[in-house]
Amino acid sequence: MKFNLKVWRQKNANTPGKLVDYSIDNVNADMSFLEMIDILNDNLVRKGEEPIAFDHDCREGICGMCSMYINGRAHGPHHAATTCQLYMRTFNDGDTIYVEPWRSKAFPIIKDLVTDRNAFDRIIASGGFVSVNTGQAQDANNLPVNKDDAEKAMDAAACIGCGACVAACPNSSAMLFVSAKISQLALLPQGQPERDRRAMSMVSQMDEEGFGNCTNIGACEAECPKEIKLTNIARMNRDYFAASFGSQETVSTGEGH
Amino acid sequence: MNWFTKILTSSLGKKFVMALTGLFLISFLVIHCTINAMIFFNDGGATFTHWGHFMGTNTIIRTLEIGLIIGFLLHIYEGLLLWKQNRDARPVKYSYVKHPEKSKWYSRSMGLLGTLILLFLIMHTAHFWIPNRTHQFVEGEELPLYQMMLDIFQNPLIVVLYLLGCFSLFWHLLHGFRSSFQSLGLNHVKYNKTITFVGTAFSIVVPFIFAMMPISIYFKWIQ
Amino acid sequence: MAALDSKIPTGPLAEKWSNYKEHAKLVNPANKRKVEVIVVGTGLAGASAAATLAELGYKVKAFCFQDSPRRAHSIAAQGGINAAKNYKNDGDSVYRLFYDTIKGGDFRAREANVYRLADVSRNIIDQCVAQGVPFAREYGGLLDNRSFGGAQVSRTFYARGQTGQQLLLGAYGALERQVGLGNVKMYNRHEMVEVVTIDGKARGIIARNLITGKLERYFGHAVILATGGYGNVFFLSTNAMGSNVTAAWKAHKKGAYFANPCYTQIHPTCIPVTGDYQSKLTLMSESLRNDGRVWVPKTREDAKAIREGKKKPEDIREEDRDYYLERKYPSYGNLCPRDIASRAAKEACDDGRGIVPSGFGVFLDFADAIKRLGVDVVKARYGELFPMYQNITNEDPLKTPMKIYPAVHYTMGGLWVDYELMTSIKGLYCLGEANFSDHGANRLGASALMQGLADGYFVIPYTIGNYLSGEIFTKPIALDHPAFVEAEKEVQARAEKLISIKGKKTVDDLHKQLGKIMWEYCGMARTAEGLTKARKMIQDLRKEFWSNVNIPGSLNEFNPEFDKAGRVADFIELGELMVVDALNRNESCGGHFREEYQEEGEAKRDDEKYAYVAAWEHTSVDSDPVLHKEALVYENIEMQTRSYK
Ligand SMILES: Cc1cc2nc3c(=O)[nH]c(=O)nc-3n(C[C@H](O)[C@H](O)[C@H](O)COP(=O)(O)OP(=O)(O)OC[C@H]3O[C@@H](n4cnc5c(N)ncnc54)[C@H](O)[C@@H]3O)c2cc1C
Ligand code: SF4
Ligand code: FES
Repeated sequence: MKFNLKVWRQKNANTPGKLVDYSIDNVNADMSFLEMIDILNDNLVRKGEEPIAFDHDCREGICGMCSMYINGRAHGPHHAATTCQLYMRTFNDGDTIYVEPWRSKAFPIIKDLVTDRNAFDRIIASGGFVSVNTGQAQDANNLPVNKDDAEKAMDAAACIGCGACVAACPNSSAMLFVSAKISQLALLPQGQPERDRRAMSMVSQMDEEGFGNCTNIGACEAECPKEIKLTNIARMNRDYFAASFGSQETVSTGEGH
Repeated sequence: MNWFTKILTSSLGKKFVMALTGLFLISFLVIHCTINAMIFFNDGGATFTHWGHFMGTNTIIRTLEIGLIIGFLLHIYEGLLLWKQNRDARPVKYSYVKHPEKSKWYSRSMGLLGTLILLFLIMHTAHFWIPNRTHQFVEGEELPLYQMMLDIFQNPLIVVLYLLGCFSLFWHLLHGFRSSFQSLGLNHVKYNKTITFVGTAFSIVVPFIFAMMPISIYFKWIQ
Repeated sequence: MAALDSKIPTGPLAEKWSNYKEHAKLVNPANKRKVEVIVVGTGLAGASAAATLAELGYKVKAFCFQDSPRRAHSIAAQGGINAAKNYKNDGDSVYRLFYDTIKGGDFRAREANVYRLADVSRNIIDQCVAQGVPFAREYGGLLDNRSFGGAQVSRTFYARGQTGQQLLLGAYGALERQVGLGNVKMYNRHEMVEVVTIDGKARGIIARNLITGKLERYFGHAVILATGGYGNVFFLSTNAMGSNVTAAWKAHKKGAYFANPCYTQIHPTCIPVTGDYQSKLTLMSESLRNDGRVWVPKTREDAKAIREGKKKPEDIREEDRDYYLERKYPSYGNLCPRDIASRAAKEACDDGRGIVPSGFGVFLDFADAIKRLGVDVVKARYGELFPMYQNITNEDPLKTPMKIYPAVHYTMGGLWVDYELMTSIKGLYCLGEANFSDHGANRLGASALMQGLADGYFVIPYTIGNYLSGEIFTKPIALDHPAFVEAEKEVQARAEKLISIKGKKTVDDLHKQLGKIMWEYCGMARTAEGLTKARKMIQDLRKEFWSNVNIPGSLNEFNPEFDKAGRVADFIELGELMVVDALNRNESCGGHFREEYQEEGEAKRDDEKYAYVAAWEHTSVDSDPVLHKEALVYENIEMQTRSYK
């Protein structure tokens, strides 16, 4: 197969970038998208040009590192798959393919297709955990969990923190990601003691990072490689309002830093 | 910042305000639509004028009207703010965007639809509400709203503009109705279908009734 | 040859760890605040260690080369984590888990370590559940288990096909909590490129900031390496692209011994290689062997017909299929340990009965399970795995058997550590897959997650205190100390040399070359002759690398090709050591199979001569490493010929 690529090249955070045309031949339909880029990079290096920088690690759809906006879609056209799980058989021979980085104020570009997604870490650091020090736990089976809740918690916990939800959202909102963590812990008994606090501080941190606001468009859900559901956002909203209006606790912005 | 303003200015707080004011405006639409639909009795405006007079003079309703205005302003203000913040959240745009099927154009265009409705509202209030209230304030009595309707909707251009307004309202509601429930966290497998159904029905019925008013008058189905 | 002191506490096996804990020296809370610990790596081992040490009050600096600690390779573990909870009431116990692990490791692991591992395994599950890890549950709300290879009890806890992810996210949450509280300073996109030692003690590291390319110096009273496995020395493996040996290797070159590098785990159930362009191999979880049956046709003719597409697997009648694992190992069947299952697959394929075009592949068939349990149950049990397989291969495993073949997966070897997990450099610790400690010559499924978390949550917090209690008077050492300056200078010189070569071959070219040598001569089956040849080839490759590699770009920028080159340079040196170790070990055991040493096709150990840990000391790149032996003494169990028949 043969493709024409338009790839975003940007030297570093301070230099403006642009789309650059490349063409690539002899692509095997069973190659993954990243393997195709590997070959393109190999060609570039041999020609003495700089290869395209992109994030990737596990190449099996679980680490959440790969992050390309391909032909106008976060992680490309394949439903419920990361960029590394996108196979060239999804495209037609001769296609022109646009490859851009995630675009969001909160995810500044480092180089080419590589962005800085540490905003997500900071959001987790603000409350995306159960505060239990090592050694304090009781026997695991002392805490039965309704199977349905456990399954739903697992559905939410499947989030890989890739940021496709932000990339796909026309508002560049991070609510799907944040709500997935809030939901996971809200659904489990372990998460209850800090439930109010967590909702308030994580939302507050999310706002501070400069993500956009959710207007219930649903692009995040449609593009999420792990099929995280919008119901999580509703759950987060409920928890946040209940906590903000009902709970005696308050958290100050950026607490936990 | 005190806790209350802090909530309301947070991203979720804004959703909350949008949703509550939205639902409030929806409830207003119900009343507005019901009363205006009295013209379809085709009794020369008698029923309509009766209820119109009640709405225009009853103290409780007049007080609520202030709430309504605040609701409108808040909804508009927050809407514009959201639009701006959301635009700023992505300083460099994508060169090529292909929206997934599940994300609907009208959901993505609430700002645009809202603006269209706002423009319509300016025209609409300039036609009826502003002159009427001004007159009430200055002269102490109401204008003959029914007659004004009959007059204004003789102009085909205005009729078309009103229809466009209703059309924008339809799309705006189609997203807004269900969206406000989601924003308030009211998403539940058992009730989602109902919410969606009622929302869709509402978005069709109300703008349709509204749209029928200028049409019926223009075509003289109502005298 | 100095004897290695593994510092195993005295006393009965079951009491060693509690004895140790009761007598280890402590650091009081006020002093902990003055003590800084560097943790390199944020996988299960690193994240759990960093979080726990910070909870205790130490000041921690944590490093990972990914953009977030949550992306460490532990995230990719699918199948599950073992723990001797005996929730199934099927006769499990700490002793049984201990015994299974020792036996699974072909009697090449340290008794005391393994017993401790089995013992704390139970606390791990408690801790993880308390953190909100959504393990699979039964309708009663209690935890579910499944069986894994090498065990006859059900003791594997799992979270769909994403166990590693969920455990890591739990540890990551704990870590981020400490980051939020200011007790851990997290350095993402930083690669450790040197250990700094002062007066024989590890005192810090040099790390490359991968965004700016700059070298940075960091001080710590102690340094912990939890940098994962080095399976990527084979180029193709199930490891993530970035998994590397660099941190461990630098430590090795600074004086830390490298133990048992020849023990490599080749995992039996991976998707077979299909083309040259392939960048990695994908594991299909071992848990699939719970319900999947492995087979090849009985005859070469049938196999050939399948390879050429003339026959479909469904066309082969039941009696013409060879369910070779069930046939050869009736008591464990499809659930025999990995090394055995892998070798059996190789044997079948070498016999001309492979079923993919390259000849290297066997079937993993779910037809029976589907008949027995129904499609829905099978689908639910393996969550993401089936769609993942289908996405990669374009074939539906619910309709036609999966095709699988062994691939490099895990490295049992690693930095030598004593009972306290300290390497042979004082104050330098090594946890998780990066050390050699608990799995002997072969790791059982679902035991790596257990070991990583045991090391990080429950072992190092005690053992490091024993060392740090002596360090509370050491003031933080200034970063312009000559040792730091010198170390940085060396790293810089090496980097400049690398980038200025501007030769003809890409880093991947050379890495692939290395991978081929390793797979061919130091893979599933090894011979003295092949290994000798391989050593020479690797030496030549090293020369070629240092004269002909082409790294684009410059040093002071984000330059992934350069990062890769640095790692490959270390892989090449490691590759040679692996070969040396494999050549030294004149026996077959676990993941190390020397063709010369077998009996009826089964590995033949030589306990008399080789019941030891081979710990290698680095001398120089061009001279032979020095072997140190740690004798393996079994006081509580009897070494037996491992049999799964
Ligand atoms: C596909 C797959 C499936 C598996 N499934 C299972 C399973 O079901 N059950 C089981 O028990 N085990 C399983 N394993 C094995 C297990 O996942 C690993 O052995 C274990 O997770 C290793 O954890 P770790 O913390 O030692 O290292 P890792 O998780 O690999 O973490 C290494 C860390 O070190 C960092 N690092 C490395 N080098 C440097 C450097 N030079 N500078 C700075 N940072 C560095 C990385 O950034 C990373 O944070 C599986 C392995 C694979 C590959
Ligand atoms: S919610 Fe989905 S799209 Fe967003 S970060 Fe998580 S996995 Fe990625
Ligand atoms: S590279 Fe890990 S998810 Fe794609």
